Amino acid sequence: MALVDRQRVATSSAAGDSRRSVRFFNGSAFERAFAGLCLAAALFVLLILGGFFVSLTIGAWPALAKFGPAFVWTTTWNPVTGVFGALPAIAGTLITSAIAIVIAVPLAFAIAIFITQLAPEWLRQPLGVAIELLAAIPSIIYGMWGLFVFAPVFRTFVQAPIIALFDNVPVLSSIFSGPAIGIGMATAGVVLAIMILPFIAAVMRDVIATVPKRLKESGYAIGATDWEVARAIIIPNCAGGLTGAVFLGLGRALGETMAVTFIIGNANRITANIFAPSNTIASTIANEFQEAYTDMHSSALIALGLLLFVITFIVLALARLMLKRISS
Amino acid sequence: MKRTLASLAVGAMAAVMAMSAAHAQSDAQSQDKLAKRITGAGASFPYPVYSKWAQTYQQKKGVQLNYQAIGSGGGIKQIEANTVDFGASDKPLKPAELKQAGLMQFPTVMGGIVPIMNVEGLEPGQLVLDGPTLAQIFMGKITKWNDDAIKKLNPDVDLPDADISVVHRSDGSGTTFNFTYYLADVSDDWKNNIGVDASVQWPAGTGGKGNQGVANYVGQIQNSIGYVEYAYALQNKLTYAKMKNKDGNVVAPSQETFQAAAKGADWQKADGFYLILANQTGAKSWPMTAATFILLHTDVQKPQEIKTVLDFFNWAYADGDQAAEKLDYVPFPDSVVKLIKTEWHDQLMADGKPIWPMNGNSQ
Repeated sequence: MALVDRQRVATSSAAGDSRRSVRFFNGSAFERAFAGLCLAAALFVLLILGGFFVSLTIGAWPALAKFGPAFVWTTTWNPVTGVFGALPAIAGTLITSAIAIVIAVPLAFAIAIFITQLAPEWLRQPLGVAIELLAAIPSIIYGMWGLFVFAPVFRTFVQAPIIALFDNVPVLSSIFSGPAIGIGMATAGVVLAIMILPFIAAVMRDVIATVPKRLKESGYAIGATDWEVARAIIIPNCAGGLTGAVFLGLGRALGETMAVTFIIGNANRITANIFAPSNTIASTIANEFQEAYTDMHSSALIALGLLLFVITFIVLALARLMLKRISS
Repeated sequence: MKRTLASLAVGAMAAVMAMSAAHAQSDAQSQDKLAKRITGAGASFPYPVYSKWAQTYQQKKGVQLNYQAIGSGGGIKQIEANTVDFGASDKPLKPAELKQAGLMQFPTVMGGIVPIMNVEGLEPGQLVLDGPTLAQIFMGKITKWNDDAIKKLNPDVDLPDADISVVHRSDGSGTTFNFTYYLADVSDDWKNNIGVDASVQWPAGTGGKGNQGVANYVGQIQNSIGYVEYAYALQNKLTYAKMKNKDGNVVAPSQETFQAAAKGADWQKADGFYLILANQTGAKSWPMTAATFILLHTDVQKPQEIKTVLDFFNWAYADGDQAAEKLDYVPFPDSVVKLIKTEWHDQLMADGKPIWPMNGNSQ
């Protein structure tokens, strides 16, 4: 819109006419209608958001009323007896997302720096497009690839050696313990990392591109290395945007459903072992919603959805808070 | 939000009604004419055979069956909400539940659930298991393949000293219902601590989504054991175990042993066809045999559609056996089919009159 407006202004002034006479719409009425439309669109988003929250709460109410706040920290998930607690799913969601972020963020930053700073001019465009294409692959493809291709490789070349390595080390032996089955939280975390990597990298690339060229070139001019420019000039200049990219990726990882359902192993248990099968909120819902024919079971699943909503909300709020602190 | 949705739905319904009113005019001359389209939803286990039947039936009679395999729980919900002509479920409803919801049910075909495993060197049908041992494995109490309980059943098989990885269904499923029903029947420990349902709180293992998901996981994970519908074990070329049945005989999964289990069952005495074929007596009975069911409203609101549904299954009982057997399902013996048709006559009423003639075919 802004672009069109500017063009219109440009052509009208070039023609030497007054701006108002060329405009098709009469100024103030159109402007007001336009502003009203924008406001309505913005309010509609809020309405949808509020509607989601309200309908989730209503759906979740039977479970929330029965189990109370303990729903969040109890670990039983038993459809037979109708007792439900969300902790295993919450833990699985947070742990897999954490693994994904820890792996994806440094790599994404490196990719973004390479594309914007180091790559030769002719390589930048194709690389950028390739990354955007990666981001567009449907998640179920990642799930299938994860199960049939990645899991066996991960089991043989990563899990088995790590388990053997830490076999007799006190704490590590319980974090990395067998049997190596290739399916579990670690696998899901790594596949999630691969999924969100192009997403984060693409946003970071755009953010880094906004750092003024003269700043970077001044850095190089006083003899700074690539790493020094990245650390002392690029990061401080767009820290807010970079954090935003990370949280966008985190948001996607938290809610990812299909790919995770394929490879996490779908077991409602909490263990310290990150190679063990677990469950996430999204995959529990995907697995059980169809066949949840008692009202309490469906209600508990909706309550899980509400929790995911709240967790995502908290994550975004934290992101805002961090951005504010960085920019001030 | 809800209101908007509702008004949308009303709008859509009005449109559909307008269309069907136009239809009704052309159909008015022949009141008895059957519907051209019937819809059903539910269990995924019988989906392959229902769709095969539907395809043949459409070619022969021009009736289109739209069956959505959304799961047994979904099927029960959809028929209760009256959004489909029939529901389908692997888990039969109890007579009281049927009465409360105003439904009747009848079985269509049977299948068997088999334990599958991925143990190096093990041939299909080489390993023998019994119910209590299987329950202990799935409870995580037997953790090694060379456990004494397994060795005792298989003195001649070389079993590895490896951890057993249990694979179960992650989604709620009729297969799980029938599997846990069997385990609860043979193990008090299972009955008291785990119970019977479409999804349960699994004490051990990894969950795969759908029969195919379990088959995939078992194929991937070394030294694993899972349970699937027999057809999936064959299609995925997985190693399966033989079972020791209630009579103490070791049987292999096959059409013959599934049918033996159905013969052992007394359908005549089963109120509302509430009968689970697990752990039936009989020398050759496969212990984990399961039937799948169709649910209909007893108070028939749309006689044309329901009559078409009955015609369809009537045809399937008569002419669909071969197609079912080809897909590794087991058709019901004629004696049971006769009971089913009597139930149609006795239960399904439109305006107080039976819509299915006694001892007969509809047309």
